[in-house]
Amino acid sequence: MSSLLRALKELRRYPSAIAGLAIIGLLIIVSIYAMVTIPYSEAIRLWRGGPGVWDEYPRNAVPAWFDWFSGERLPKTITVDSRTAGTRTVEPLDGGLVRVRYTLPFEFPYAVFPSELSLFSAATYEGKRTRFTATWIQPDGHTIPLVSDRSMRDTDTYYISLDNNLRDRLPRAAAPEEGLFLAASDAAAAHPRAPASGTYELVVETEIPEGHSFETRLVVFGKAYGLAGTDNRRRDIMVALLWGAPLALAFGLFGALVSNIATFVLAGVGTWVGGHVDGLFQRLTQLTLLLPLLPIMVMVGQFYGRSLWLILGIVILLNIFSGAFLTYRSMFLQAKEAPYIEAAKAYGARNGRIIFRYLLPRIVPVLLPTFVLVIPQFVFLEASLAVLGLGDPILPTWGKLIYDARSADALYKGYYYWILEPATLLMITGFGFALVGFALDRIFNPRLRTM
Amino acid sequence: MKSVLQIARYLALKAVMLGVTVVVGCYLVVIIANMGGALDDVRRAEVRSNVGSSIFLDPANRGVPATVLTQMVDDLARLEFERLGLDKPFFPGRSLEYLFTALSLRLGMAEQLTSDTGSREVRRILAERLPSTLLLFGTSTLLLFFSAVRMALSLSRRYGSLMDRAIVGLAPLSAAPGWFYGIFLILIFAAVLRILPWGGLVKAPPPKEPLAYALSVLQHMILPLLAIMTGGIFANVYRWRTFFLIYSSEDYVELAKAKGLSSRTIQSRYILRPTMPTIVTSLALLLIGAWQGQIILETVFNWPGLGRQFLAAVNLNDTPIILGTTVIYGYLLAGTLFLLEFIYAVIDPRVRVGGGRR
Repeated sequence: MSSLLRALKELRRYPSAIAGLAIIGLLIIVSIYAMVTIPYSEAIRLWRGGPGVWDEYPRNAVPAWFDWFSGERLPKTITVDSRTAGTRTVEPLDGGLVRVRYTLPFEFPYAVFPSELSLFSAATYEGKRTRFTATWIQPDGHTIPLVSDRSMRDTDTYYISLDNNLRDRLPRAAAPEEGLFLAASDAAAAHPRAPASGTYELVVETEIPEGHSFETRLVVFGKAYGLAGTDNRRRDIMVALLWGAPLALAFGLFGALVSNIATFVLAGVGTWVGGHVDGLFQRLTQLTLLLPLLPIMVMVGQFYGRSLWLILGIVILLNIFSGAFLTYRSMFLQAKEAPYIEAAKAYGARNGRIIFRYLLPRIVPVLLPTFVLVIPQFVFLEASLAVLGLGDPILPTWGKLIYDARSADALYKGYYYWILEPATLLMITGFGFALVGFALDRIFNPRLRTM
Repeated sequence: MKSVLQIARYLALKAVMLGVTVVVGCYLVVIIANMGGALDDVRRAEVRSNVGSSIFLDPANRGVPATVLTQMVDDLARLEFERLGLDKPFFPGRSLEYLFTALSLRLGMAEQLTSDTGSREVRRILAERLPSTLLLFGTSTLLLFFSAVRMALSLSRRYGSLMDRAIVGLAPLSAAPGWFYGIFLILIFAAVLRILPWGGLVKAPPPKEPLAYALSVLQHMILPLLAIMTGGIFANVYRWRTFFLIYSSEDYVELAKAKGLSSRTIQSRYILRPTMPTIVTSLALLLIGAWQGQIILETVFNWPGLGRQFLAAVNLNDTPIILGTTVIYGYLLAGTLFLLEFIYAVIDPRVRVGGGRR
């Protein structure tokens, strides 16, 4: 064991190993950060999405730091809430009704159109449906009526960008998120079209029963968001990038360690005990070599379940009697003949003692590089399954991001960040473990050392 | 001395064991692919629902009382069950039927998928995908293997040189599989530069003249080949370099060097010859692997190979195709393993047969 420690200390002499260890350390820190800031159940809830979770996030927004490279300021999401901004007037009417009128002003300083416009509203009364009217006021005072007397539920969303009536009324039938930002003088001009910057106002008017409240919120969706951007379901990709780290590490480390140690111990036991046990293990190895691993995983995913942990269990089972078993076995066959094992037998050591105290430790150093080098294989196996659409349905992993991006034709549509972010992280993770593994290989295989 | 009888007994034993392994492996696949028989309930429900809708929605049956119609559905469904063999239990009857159809290589009829020509025969469906699979994965396997072995040989002679250290330094790149590089390559060459196709086998519509067709296929092969090479080459060179290094520090190589033999002679006679069995074994196993195609690489590159066919079969619960693919792979693997045993037992003096057991 002391030789093992000495060899590990030797890792310091390899700059590549230091880099690899740094990467692994960083991943562990990110994983801990992810698990502390977003609990497991919260991560699942966020990634599942649904009403109310990501409604006010922009769709397919690029990371905000793209601005540094493009030199162009992409709009961020602007939210104007009647509770915190703007002015309101309340005017009593006959029949127990009041007319509420909100003016929601906002500053739009960007030279690029926003991606969408929506008006969310919430009222506290139930029962009879009511109606509202909305008017858009541009910086130069030009007014555009959006809707008049639109019927409204108590929790309502008016998707301004999807309003085709509005689109038809706008100059050149521009999409509302563009047409509403075009200066009237500019509207007739051909290309290039740019939004007029300045203070815009939205005036919302409704009549509600007295004693009740009505609040509304205008969201001008941006085209850039956060550090990682958003996907086509408005989800913040950062959630999956962060949570991908602990999941990849768990899958990789757990899978590699458990299956490798099991293989290792079983090969040792089989070799030592010999006879039928050894024969059975060899048959099982042949059988697993014959069974195609990935197709079996695909079938399990398709027919039984896709939980990450179920898949991990099956992967481990299928990997125990893998090709590595034969390699370990041949090593043990050699080690078995060593004189000190003869000696242990001679003084009457029990089988368990010989296997676990003498036989296994002797091979550990030789196998340590393999232990580390298989970790990336497991990490990428999870990604592979996810890319085939067999990823865990609820957990956000890096592979799932790539799958989502591919199924939404991200590359074709130019959302490169969506695929590059998880791919880069996968690459770095694999690279980190591989750097350490190859350095260990050089340390433990003396013949590879520089002469 | 090996006696012929000993060798024959040894080989016969190996053959039986490999055969049993193939049978057990295939039976396992039958059970997994049918969810332990539960899939038959799904199949029966599907048949019943189809029969039911065909009878209840038939305008000719309008006005017929519901009880009569239900009776008709029951009768017709029973006939359908009999036709499809679904009236028999899964264990042992149907599962063994699947197994024997596959093992006898009759392969039978697919349940859902059809070939592009419309045939249901598993044999035709697989044969249709075989050329494109062999084209891509045969080429890539051979290219990867021979370039890796060649590079490794020359590196092992120039141990510690700049080139050697560069390759060793790049080895960790192989931690990522080929399909992964495929995504990057598609992004660079198809999405950004727009000089190579996104995927597929040939452009649409396929060119009429054979030469143009071949050129189009070649063009579509560039990115997948590049992806496989990037994913595999460094680790393979590294592995073979280690292997050759170990063999080139044997005593007999040192002696040959001391005798002043040319490095070419040393390489071919003293390094390559004793390592030939290992090289041949790994090439053979790699080539068999090409049979299955690669599910993910084919998915990423939209390549119409056996891997994607398999995925489609799994998605549609098409047991005969799943089994057909598996059983052919099993036979190829078992056959190759046996052939290798045979070669070793007969030719390689270092392999001891029979004797040496306690």
